[in-house]
Amino acid sequence: MSVKHALLALLEKPRYGYELRAEFEQRTGASWPLNVGQVYTTLSRLERDGLVEAGGTDAEGRSLYQLTEAGQAEVKGWFDTPVERTQPQRDELAIKLAVAVAVPSVDVGKVVQQQRNATMQALQGYRRQARSGAGDDLPGGLVLDRLVFAAEAEIRWLDHCESRLRRAAASSTAPEPVQPEGESR
Amino acid sequence: MSEPVLRLTDVSRVHGTGAAEVHALRGVSLAAYAGELVAIMGPSGSGKSSLLTIAGGLDSPTSGSVEVAGQDLDEAGISGRAKLRRTSVGYVFQDFNLIPALTAAENVALPLELDGAGRRAAQKAARAALDEVGLDGFADRFPDEMSGGQRQRIAIARAIVGDRRLILADEPTGALDTETGEDILRLIRARCDAGAAGVLVTHEPRYASWADRVIYVRDGLVVDEAGETPDAALAEEVEA
Ligand SMILES: Nc1ncnc2c1ncn2[C@@H]1O[C@H](COP(=O)(O)OP(=O)(O)OP(=O)(O)O)[C@@H](O)[C@H]1O
Ligand SMILES: [Mg+2]
Repeated sequence: MSVKHALLALLEKPRYGYELRAEFEQRTGASWPLNVGQVYTTLSRLERDGLVEAGGTDAEGRSLYQLTEAGQAEVKGWFDTPVERTQPQRDELAIKLAVAVAVPSVDVGKVVQQQRNATMQALQGYRRQARSGAGDDLPGGLVLDRLVFAAEAEIRWLDHCESRLRRAAASSTAPEPVQPEGESR
Repeated sequence: MSEPVLRLTDVSRVHGTGAAEVHALRGVSLAAYAGELVAIMGPSGSGKSSLLTIAGGLDSPTSGSVEVAGQDLDEAGISGRAKLRRTSVGYVFQDFNLIPALTAAENVALPLELDGAGRRAAQKAARAALDEVGLDGFADRFPDEMSGGQRQRIAIARAIVGDRRLILADEPTGALDTETGEDILRLIRARCDAGAAGVLVTHEPRYASWADRVIYVRDGLVVDEAGETPDAALAEEVEA
């Protein structure tokens, strides 16, 4: 992913490094802090690759960066292409549950419950942030919504795991049905 | 120390008898305090609506006790329960439960009028409640002239009209889109922030996260709870 592309896109007008970083953080609701070193390293790589170039200095003498033509094309390409749905590299939670199911001494239900509580608390935290105005500006709000939707999806998935586990447990302990269901009485 | 607005103690509810027995609730205890919103989550058929109808005095437990605003619902009798429902409890039903032959304002005014408020005063309060849910201008429309989300808002207005101390909401966001659903939660939350106690049944984690506490129900039992217990409840436990 692309801090690189985000920074490029924010160079739609010439900016200096520090300003670019502030702009990035402000737009994304400070969810992904960048240090200024990262910004300058990225800028020098972009310059090497011909995507940005020096754009003179501002009134205070700070060196500005601006997009080259190739840089503009790169930004356009970024917005025109959907983000790839990559396989998450290693989803610790999925691995933990899969392993928990395989290890008999582990209470999987409890693992699910604890995780669900933790994620619900995170969700309540986002809610508090939103209510205190953290998401009132549009870009910050969109980022906060993204976190809410992701936490929500995780809780739904955990609910789903729980009911699958219960079903699996019920079918492994239930005696073999003698008659088809519904005719047992 | 402050008493909870709602207290369920070891509540069970059995439907039917013998082979057809269904244990909808099997010993549920919970309390909701003024200023607090409690969410109840659980799979379909786990007993959420049963719990809410009992909390609202619309159904009686097979065993256990229910107190609303300090009053035992069993001792209150039929007429006492009816009065509590008219005056202290706002109920949002899973299906909106509006009366089709009445306008939005008449639907909202109904509980007040049943409680003996004058027609004009009730209409005025109803219109104010409709304003509050963003339905100004819809007061004289009939439910079937309005969208699902708008009907849901009438139901919310009816539940909050006249300073209810206890708001019980069963899936109040139904099939609404997330923005409209969030608006509804904002209204319920505002009532709780203004001092009501709220209990919200929902399948959706995003709406549950508006609550101070989230209670999980499975097969008629409370199995888990997330979030902060209010100070009032902690103090009470220490006293006990
Ligand atoms: N009047 C009734 N007679 C018999 N059984 C009933 C009655 N009301 C509810 N039940 C049963 O009690 C159990 C709990 O029902 P309840 O309506 O409380 O579930 P719920 O958690 O609200 O589900 P949902 O999420 O689908 O609304 C279910 O098994 C249901 O079939
Ligand atoms: Mg229900």
